[in-house]
Amino acid sequence: MGTISVSNLGKAYKQYPTRWSRLVEWLDPRDRSRHQLKWVLQDINFTVNAGEAVGIIGINGAGKSTLLKLITGTTHPTNGSVHMTGRVAAMLELGMGFHPDFTGRQNALMAGQLLGITGEEITRLMPEIEAFAEIGDYIDQPVRVYSSGMQMRLAFSVATAIRPDILIVDEALSVGDAYFQHKSFDRIREFRKQGTTLLIVSHDKQAITSICDRAILLAEGKLAFEGEPEAVMDYYNAMLAGHQNQEIKQKVLEDGKIQTISGTGEATVIDIYLLDKQGKRLEVVDVGQNITLRIEVKAHVDIDRLVLGYGIKDRLGQVIYGTNTHLKEHAITQISVGAKFRFDIVFPANFGPGTYSVQTALTSNDSHLVDNYEWRDLALIFNVVNINKPHFAGCAWIDPIIEVQKI
Amino acid sequence: MHLIRSLWTYRGFILGSVKREFQNKYQNSMLGALWNVLNPLAMIVVYTVIFTQVMRAKLPGVDSSFGYSIYLCAGVLTWGLFAEITTRSQNSFLDNANLLKKINFPRLCLPIIVIFNALLNFAIIFGLFTVFLVVSGSFPGWAYISLIPLLALIIIFAVGLGMVLGVLNVFFRDIGQAFGIFISFWFWLTPIVYPINILPKVGQDLIMYNPLAPLLGAVQNVLVQGLWPNWMNLIYPTLLGLILCMLGWRLFKKHSGEMVDEL
Repeated sequence: MGTISVSNLGKAYKQYPTRWSRLVEWLDPRDRSRHQLKWVLQDINFTVNAGEAVGIIGINGAGKSTLLKLITGTTHPTNGSVHMTGRVAAMLELGMGFHPDFTGRQNALMAGQLLGITGEEITRLMPEIEAFAEIGDYIDQPVRVYSSGMQMRLAFSVATAIRPDILIVDEALSVGDAYFQHKSFDRIREFRKQGTTLLIVSHDKQAITSICDRAILLAEGKLAFEGEPEAVMDYYNAMLAGHQNQEIKQKVLEDGKIQTISGTGEATVIDIYLLDKQGKRLEVVDVGQNITLRIEVKAHVDIDRLVLGYGIKDRLGQVIYGTNTHLKEHAITQISVGAKFRFDIVFPANFGPGTYSVQTALTSNDSHLVDNYEWRDLALIFNVVNINKPHFAGCAWIDPIIEVQKI
Repeated sequence: MHLIRSLWTYRGFILGSVKREFQNKYQNSMLGALWNVLNPLAMIVVYTVIFTQVMRAKLPGVDSSFGYSIYLCAGVLTWGLFAEITTRSQNSFLDNANLLKKINFPRLCLPIIVIFNALLNFAIIFGLFTVFLVVSGSFPGWAYISLIPLLALIIIFAVGLGMVLGVLNVFFRDIGQAFGIFISFWFWLTPIVYPINILPKVGQDLIMYNPLAPLLGAVQNVLVQGLWPNWMNLIYPTLLGLILCMLGWRLFKKHSGEMVDEL
C-alpha cells in the first residue's frame, strides 16, 4: 500500500492556430489533426516506495503542479501512465475546490465526500477537524469571507482527518502562518512514522531537506536530477543562478555525499580548512572550541569587487549560520588577475555534536543571484564532538546559567 | 459497470451536493423555497390573464373554467423541467471548473447532480399542481399514471441534449450563448401557451417535427382531458432522445480527458 510509480509520463496541451481549427478538426471525417502539441512534461519516470517521502522542486513553470495533477488524476496524461496503490489524499493549490457560498462546515463535508469519506464519518471527525484548523466561529461562515490562510487550514485539516496511504501536497502549505506550518509538518511527520507515503512540492529548502528521503528536480518539463535531498537542493540552488554563463559540476565525495560546484569561474576557492588556536589543522572540533576557518581564494581575471560568503550547515543541510564579507564590510575591490587572498574566519564552535559542512560563495555582492563566480557546497566537512561538556540536545551550544530559588 | 460502481461510491457527494445546492439557492432569501413556486405561478397568472381575459382565447372542446390554466400549467411546468436540465447541464462542467481542476472524481457526478436538482424542483411544484387538480375536481383519473413514462421520455431527451451541449460548451463557448437564444425561440415553437389547433394545418404538421411538441402534447392531453397518450406519436422523440444520449455519451467518453485542459 502507498506506492506511486510513474512511467514515461508526458503531458502536452493542444494548440490550435485559429479558433475555428478545432471545429474543423472535430468535423473532418479524414481524422487529420490540425493542432500542435505543446509539451509541458516529457519522459518522467520515477517510483516512490511505500513509506518514502519525496520532494519535487523546480522553478515556476517547470511542470511541478502539472505533474501532481497528472498523479492525482485531475488531468489526463498525453502518454505514459501513473499507477498508485492505497488511499490518496491530495491538496493541490488552495482550498480543494471550496465553494465560496457554502460554509466551512458544508465545504468540509463536501471535500471529505470527494475524498471518498462517508458523510457520517466526516460528521464524526468534524470536532477533530475544527480543533485542528483552529478557525473558531468561521467554520459556520461562508468560505468567501475566509483568508487564504484560513482556507488552507481547513483544507489541510480535512485532507488529513484520516491518515491516507499517500499524501500529496502542493505548495499550498506555504500560505499558512509559522504556527500552522509547524503544526501541519508535525502531523505530516507523525503520518510518516505510521507509514504514509509523501509527495510534496515546495520551494522551502528546510521542508525538503528535513522531511524528504529523496528529491526530484524538474526543469523545463523534464526530470533534471533525482537523489538525496541536499544534493538536489544544492543543484537547484546552483541552477537558480543559471541565467549566467556558468557551469554546474557535481562530484561524489569519499563518504558518498555529492558536492555541487557552480559559477562563472572568475574566482575560485583553492583551499579551505580549519585551524585551532595554535595553528594546527583540525578534523574534529570540540564543542565550544575557538577555531579558525581559513579559506584561500584566487582570482582568474580582473575583478572589480569580490565578496566571500560562507554558511555552516547541519547534517540535514540546513544552514545554521551564514554571513559574508559584504555584510562584515570586508569586501575587496580592484583585484587583478592571479591575485590570491587568505580569509581567516575566527569563531567559537558553539555547535552540538554531529557532522557539519561549510558552503562557500564568491560573488560581487550580498547575493549570488547577480554574479556567481563560484558556489561550492560541501566545501569542507567537519565533526563536532562533546569532550568535556555535560550532555545536551540540539545543534547549538548555548550554555546557560541556571539559578533555582525556593519561593 | 465500472462507472456505475464509482458513481455509487460517490453517492454521498451527489446527494450532499443536491441538498446543499437546494439549501443554498434559498439561504439568503427570506421567503426561501416559496420562490420556487412563486416564479412559475406568476408566469401562469400572467398568461392566463392575457390569453383568457384580454385575448378571449378559449380552449376548444373544454368547458371547465380552469381548462386553459391547467393546459398552461401542464405545458409550462414540463417545459421548465426540460429547460432546467438542458441549460444547467450545458454549464455543469464550466461552472464546476474550480472543482474539476483540483480534485479527481467521476465527472459524470456533475450532470447527475443537475438532473436530481431539477427533478427535486419539479417534484415540489408538480406536487402542488396535483393538489390543485384534486381540490378543484379536475384530477384526470387513471391516465395520470401515464405521466411517469412521459416524463421519463422528456428527461431522456433533455439529458441527452444537455450532455451533448455540456461537452461541446467546454470546447466551443459559443454553444452556450447560441443555445440561450435558441431555447427562447423553441419555447414559442412548442404549443405551450397556445393550443396546437389554432395553427393552420401546415403549421400543425410542421410543428410535429419539434420533438417536444408530441411529448408536451401528450402531457397536456393527460392533464386537461384525461386522455391516454397515443404512444405511436412518441416514437420519434424517443428515438431522437436515445440518439442524443448516445452521442452525448460518445462525446463525453472521447473528450472528458481533454476537458480539464480547457477549463
